[in-house]
Amino acid sequence: MTTTPDGSAAGLTVEGLTVAYRTARGEAAAVTGMSFHVAPGETYGLVGESGCGKTTLSRALGRHLPPNGAVTSGRVRLDGVDVLDLAPADLRKWRATSLAVVHQDAGSSLDPTMRVGPQLAEILRLRGLSRAGAREEVPRMLARVRLPDPASIARRYPHQLSGGQQQRVVIAAALTARPRLLVLDEPTTGLDATVEREILDLIWMLRAEIGAAVVLISHDLGLVGRLCDRVGVLYGGHLVEEGNARDVLAAPRHPYTSALLAAVPRLGESRHARRLAAISGHPPAAGENVAGCPFAPRCALADGLCARTLPRLEAAGTRHEVRCHHSDRLYHPSSAVDVQTPARLRDDPGLSPTAADPAPELLQIRGLTRKYGRTTVVDDVSLSIGHGQVLGLVGESGSGKTTLARAVAGLGPRGTGTISLDGHALPASLRRRDARTRRRVQMVFQSPDASLNPSHTVRTILARALHTLRGSVSPQELAARADLDGHLLDSRPDRLSGGQKQRVAIARAFAGEPDLVVCDEPVSALDVSVQAGVLQLLSDQQRATGTSYLFISHDLAVVGYLADRVAVMYRGQIVDEGPAGRVLQGPHHPYTASLVAASLARLGEPTEQDTGMVQPGRPTGPGCRFAPRCPRRIDGLCDSENPPVRTEGGDHTVRCHLGIGDLPRRAVPVTIGVAPGATEEKEDPSA
Amino acid sequence: MNAVTLPVRHATRPRFRVALGVGVVIVVFWAVVAVLWPHLAPYDPELQDPLHRFVPPGAGHLLGTDQFGRDTLSRMLAGARPVLQVAPPATALAVIAGTLVGLIAGTHGGLVDEIVMRVLDAVVVFPAIIAAVLLVALSGRSVTILVLVIAGSFVPIVARSVRAATLVEREKAYVEAARLRGEPSWSLMLREILPNVVTTVLVEATSRFGDAIFAAATLSFLGLGQPPGSPDWGASVSDNRLWLQLAPWTVLAPALAIASLVVGMALVADSLRGRWEAS
Repeated sequence: MTTTPDGSAAGLTVEGLTVAYRTARGEAAAVTGMSFHVAPGETYGLVGESGCGKTTLSRALGRHLPPNGAVTSGRVRLDGVDVLDLAPADLRKWRATSLAVVHQDAGSSLDPTMRVGPQLAEILRLRGLSRAGAREEVPRMLARVRLPDPASIARRYPHQLSGGQQQRVVIAAALTARPRLLVLDEPTTGLDATVEREILDLIWMLRAEIGAAVVLISHDLGLVGRLCDRVGVLYGGHLVEEGNARDVLAAPRHPYTSALLAAVPRLGESRHARRLAAISGHPPAAGENVAGCPFAPRCALADGLCARTLPRLEAAGTRHEVRCHHSDRLYHPSSAVDVQTPARLRDDPGLSPTAADPAPELLQIRGLTRKYGRTTVVDDVSLSIGHGQVLGLVGESGSGKTTLARAVAGLGPRGTGTISLDGHALPASLRRRDARTRRRVQMVFQSPDASLNPSHTVRTILARALHTLRGSVSPQELAARADLDGHLLDSRPDRLSGGQKQRVAIARAFAGEPDLVVCDEPVSALDVSVQAGVLQLLSDQQRATGTSYLFISHDLAVVGYLADRVAVMYRGQIVDEGPAGRVLQGPHHPYTASLVAASLARLGEPTEQDTGMVQPGRPTGPGCRFAPRCPRRIDGLCDSENPPVRTEGGDHTVRCHLGIGDLPRRAVPVTIGVAPGATEEKEDPSA
Repeated sequence: MNAVTLPVRHATRPRFRVALGVGVVIVVFWAVVAVLWPHLAPYDPELQDPLHRFVPPGAGHLLGTDQFGRDTLSRMLAGARPVLQVAPPATALAVIAGTLVGLIAGTHGGLVDEIVMRVLDAVVVFPAIIAAVLLVALSGRSVTILVLVIAGSFVPIVARSVRAATLVEREKAYVEAARLRGEPSWSLMLREILPNVVTTVLVEATSRFGDAIFAAATLSFLGLGQPPGSPDWGASVSDNRLWLQLAPWTVLAPALAIASLVVGMALVADSLRGRWEAS
């Protein structure tokens, strides 16, 4: 370990940091006694649910706490400099030279009225470069974050860039100052799986080059494990587990870490094989007085000791510490992510009954085309969903999956093509659908905040749905079916958590016993721990009612978990469609292969194979739309002729020039099946 | 955003509370005066006293007397009633009608929106004063005419604000959910959207109330309001402005009364707007 002149360790050292907020009810500690060290060039991941103190900690590192927050004890040292002792003028200088922070929402970090180039040049000018020197340096900065055609990017305004490109520009800006500490606060939340992977790969590639201490904050343990050297798990303001990323992921020693891992569906895992284990309850609020272990109220292992005494952070292995009285009782290597043991991804008829036995068709979409202005968003799509079947629709943002879903629900622009329900044409416009049809097709929206009327109580929301959809049960009964506590009925949505709101939205969709529920990214706005519960509810509702779903997500693992069949959409077209297992396992479309790779890459080392940048705009000419990004492109064919639709095994279609035998398959098969371990006792007997 | 959720109380800033308090005191004062002026006024506001014309403010007449020897203070107090007979009903009418029009245009969009908004544009470009002159000429002076003219000229303003707020709400998923389950359009407007644009409606109501006071005074000043000789503030300013240099108090008293009520209402409106829009 290198040391600074005064003898302290180089890099970031946090010692006994406690941060408290002044509130109406006195001081509330949001972070308590945090200690960790990040060496230069090392990446440290901080994981936890919302409200566990991650953001507070990241703000405290740069002394960016809101006015009512303060560090009450502890030290933060960067390369020997005591950050908390700096005078205001020195602090400004230190921030300018040593600290870089990348926030979640890249778009809002950039000035919308300035072109990208001048914005970056401004930072360089502040660092003493001449106007001409700055102008020359900007393209180099953009090239460094692997942006294609830096000169053209520099001339654009932020809104002319995609989310991923914006985030790259922000990272470029953050790196300009050659910071000693780089804080990344949820840098990829809200980005697509493929874009997310590109950004993470970029950070991975740059970290040696940067040579800074990197702190990555996330609620996604899988993501952090993939990218970080070390991981700290935060719960209720305490560090509950810390260790090398691989150790923590492979053998979590704290029940919370283990529960976080169990809450995420892994690629290839099906709801028919494993129930997801949501973590019940919620993290303690800042300042909530907890005498014992903060996780005790939600912990299956908790006993009297846990309720009374806060466990100490104790060694649990090589550079691995855990804060738990019972960490010895939770050694389940198999319950964690195991990237070494490959298993066949099964397409067992018993696992997905409806996939093997084609159900009578409920919904048929034929040649559906939808345009916004002159942009064709959904291009000649044909799909069908059987009775009681879950069709998962996956694709990156802008692929047209939401427009397709809204068309089925009767929302959005008009266009050509037909949709029929049980053989009867479904009018494209909601206004022309009669009450019976409306009742049969319902929808769960992406944002739980916007989908519930903020002025109505839960009871009113459910009662209105029951009234208009002629439901036969009471609001209480409807809420109970969605595992909502009765006492929430008289609350308004602003008193509900994200997961509770989504449960209300699901309960509402089921008010009239629908035949088809369109779920538009219903879990993408939720924390992983909450996501599990909502997915499980959707699965249970489906099983109980036999309702069909059109389930949309950009997360392949989530789609694979719930769906019987999967359709992959790329720039308005379905490129791959078939039984879930076969689409994920292959032979599949090269685009599906890249999605699978992106999804799996989280669990191990970053994949070096690059599919290239997402090019904005839509190709108008003939040829395969994926060709510009495709690693298997056949020059002279793929970019000039439309690919044929190939059929594999009767009910799996792939739109590609490659023959079935040449299509990519999973090189390393995906782990599937019942994961033993912490979740075993909650196994559904019917599964 | 992954913001830290904290039980932080958004305390109202003191400046807001003082402004609101002052505004409320002024408005309540004039409301009380409008009702109780017969008990508060030292003289009969109509009582002429030719021997004491243009008496400057002093012990006998606190705010002096006018050209007919009428007590200025009494007339100022009595003048609160005609203004407050016109402004509140005009505001209420404008807000109710404007909100409905705005909701209809905003919720339906398309052709309905286009037609409604163009009609409102036509109303806006037609000068309210000329409309008032026409109406008074046709049907004589009355409180009803005043209320209708003022309300009519405010409806487009209220409707535009409410429509803008409705357009924002209409795009939200809860409205789509309501359409999906087949709520009729009146229910969409009144049950789903209205409660969520009520802040806009309230802000409009308070702002328009201040404007209505001013409009009522203006119309009286132009002789379109109360009959001549009434103690109405606008009419008083108009009647006495000829003697402005001789007896400035006769103009200043009603003018200040108008100003204070308008300012008081504006203070209330601004503080409430700040509070509602922050919440």
